[in-house]
Amino acid sequence: MQRIGVFVCWCGSNIAGTVDVQAVSEALKNEPGVVFSTNYQYMCSQAGQELIINSVKEHNLTGIVVCSCSPRMHEATFRKTAAAAGINPYMVEIANIREQCSWIHKDMEIGTEKAIILGKAAIAKVNLNAPLTPGESPVTKRALVIGGGIAGIQTALDIAEAGFPVDIVETKPTIGGKMAQIDKTFPTLDCAACILTPKMVDVAQNDKIRIFSYSEVEDVKGFVGNFDVKIKKKARYVKEDICTGCGVCTEKCPMKKVPNEFNLGMDNRRAIYIPFAQAVPKVATIDPNACNMLKSGKCGLCAKVCTAGAIDYTQKDEIIEEKYGAIVAATGFNPISMDKFDEYAYNQSKDVITSLEFERLTNAAGPTAGKLLRPSDGKHPHKIVFVQCVGSRCESCAEKGKEYCSKICCMYTAKHAMLTRDKYPDTEVYVFYIDVRTPGKAFDEFYRRAVEEYNVHYIKGMVGKISPEGDKLMVRGSDLLNNKQLTIDADLVVLAAAIEPDKSARPLATMLTASMDTNDFFTEAHPKLRPVESPTAGVFLSGACQGPKDIPETVSQASAAAAKVIGLLAKDKLTGNPCVAQANELMCNGCSSCEKVCPYGAITYVDKEFRMPNRTTAIRRVASVNPAVCQGCGACTVACPSGAMDLNGFLNKQIIAEVDAICK
Amino acid sequence: MRKEIENLQNEIIRISGVNPRKCMRCGKCSGTCPAYDEMEYHPHQFVSMVESGDIEPLLNSKSLYQCLTCFACVDRCPRGVEPAKLIEAVRLAAVRKQGQNHMTANDIPEKLDEDIPQQALVSALRKYSK
Repeated sequence: MQRIGVFVCWCGSNIAGTVDVQAVSEALKNEPGVVFSTNYQYMCSQAGQELIINSVKEHNLTGIVVCSCSPRMHEATFRKTAAAAGINPYMVEIANIREQCSWIHKDMEIGTEKAIILGKAAIAKVNLNAPLTPGESPVTKRALVIGGGIAGIQTALDIAEAGFPVDIVETKPTIGGKMAQIDKTFPTLDCAACILTPKMVDVAQNDKIRIFSYSEVEDVKGFVGNFDVKIKKKARYVKEDICTGCGVCTEKCPMKKVPNEFNLGMDNRRAIYIPFAQAVPKVATIDPNACNMLKSGKCGLCAKVCTAGAIDYTQKDEIIEEKYGAIVAATGFNPISMDKFDEYAYNQSKDVITSLEFERLTNAAGPTAGKLLRPSDGKHPHKIVFVQCVGSRCESCAEKGKEYCSKICCMYTAKHAMLTRDKYPDTEVYVFYIDVRTPGKAFDEFYRRAVEEYNVHYIKGMVGKISPEGDKLMVRGSDLLNNKQLTIDADLVVLAAAIEPDKSARPLATMLTASMDTNDFFTEAHPKLRPVESPTAGVFLSGACQGPKDIPETVSQASAAAAKVIGLLAKDKLTGNPCVAQANELMCNGCSSCEKVCPYGAITYVDKEFRMPNRTTAIRRVASVNPAVCQGCGACTVACPSGAMDLNGFLNKQIIAEVDAICK
Repeated sequence: MRKEIENLQNEIIRISGVNPRKCMRCGKCSGTCPAYDEMEYHPHQFVSMVESGDIEPLLNSKSLYQCLTCFACVDRCPRGVEPAKLIEAVRLAAVRKQGQNHMTANDIPEKLDEDIPQQALVSALRKYSK
């Protein structure tokens, strides 16, 4: 029989406000197994924990029930307290009487009754608890960073700096991401390439970092410290180690009309291409959908002109298998499609462009060599209208836009407006805004400078309709402060499109068993206190895959994620979770149901010899759980038709005892 | 008096099915409205005035009858507020008041024009009088 102590926490007025804690500790005193019951203001405080330790010694307790906040909050705290008092940490149970009781009830009587019931359930469970000892697992001292934008680059550099090897997997032929496409960066207006490309070179030259460009993560198995990852290196039909990046092939290739995705389709590239001059790795890639040689076997010009002999039309996709201790998701973002916003005429006029397209139009390496020219006729625009919040903060139109604020648009629009006025003072610039949101160091000053020094016309209101008329775009919108409806005959309209997570994030999250929100942003383990960790152990988050972010914030988060990875990789052994599944071999009928539902691949089947009646033996196929891989989710215990699967710490009989205690 | 305004406000919100609190004051409805220049109060003002209970001026304004009910504002509102439905509800509130008809049968002959289909006349009479 257990000797159980019950400790009811007030949590200040959080619990005591709607639960009569005195009545709860009194009522639980007479439950079976309970030898001591008390209540205290803050159980998690130093004094509260000492109260528990002293009570264990005084009353010879073997089990502890703490009626307090959610176990997600303080289960670890009270397990440590139990260990300090000399009893097994897994003899502690938490009855959640805060989140699941006091916070949701207003009536003291109801709250108290429910708290007592929850306490009884926890006591019923502790009566059946057994001491558990966690196992240990080794840590593979290598990290994987998925995504090679500024987030992935910074994370990889910081991890390598600490001495651990890192691999970057990037789906594009080069690392650099969105930042490589941007012209200038707010609020200091340094050139994006000038500050990004040195970092890209650092990555290329760092002997701790390997870059898998033009590659995708295909499969992830394993668990924290021991991930097994399959990476698909797509065939680029160019031998990476031989190509010198001289670019002769990209000049000679006869397929000249392939839309250049790096310039968002505003100009063309060849079928064999290097995305941009500072690409890393600086290696050509053949686009198999455009190359004549790959499609019909007729051409082969690039192979003829390549002096290094790097072209290989027979290259196949390659699968690389590698072990990692930690994985960082840095999959980034994309602007949303403008196809469904008919009112802004994006598909009707070439002169309605998105902000990212505007970046390319003003970039010296862009399709117009940095001259701001209209895509339709190549003329210089004299009147430009910027429209903010296109698809952001859009609640009614879930199929068109996004409910959240995209966060970066206010600042880059101010930047675009200011740079335009600076370079082309003869151009009138209008910005339609709902709110200008500039919380950030030197951000609001930047926006005010656009208005006060550069005379950008900010109009409080939204554009309702854009109609192309001749070579003009008639922009109709409201000017709320002047109570007017305006029509501006613009030459160019720039839409600040909302941003969304990259499409690769969702399948990746499934592979990693990492959770996501309804917008497909990765969820952090705690929104305030663990912002760079996924709730899945060993998976970390870097950059805009966790939420909209500008470059300064992305870089800070990237370094924070690296610090967490380094903390993990610096350990030689990880303490596991003893609450894992186990199969009762005598009851197992070998049906494989558990193997099919296990999301971690922790269950295998083995043929084992069993003693049968009359001194005979028989070989039977039974389930076997790898405790190092099992995460204790319990799916197998539900799937098992014969009741052979059980989860340590959450045994079927313990759950039933809890239910019985609640229903009594 | 305050109670009366609140009742009227609740009634307008109830018949329109519109929640004016969802409005984020972007003004896209007024930016899109083809009848904007005809109106004394504009679509976004209808939303904010109903929300603040400032309904009396709306009831007495010609703007009620200048809304074309084209639903451009309903289609484009990013928050799903549906201003045209709210204007329709205010119009109903005015029409339902004794002696507040915008049009009587006697007004019709002078508005007649060969191009107006009879159906439009009938629906106008139904819409603007009891």
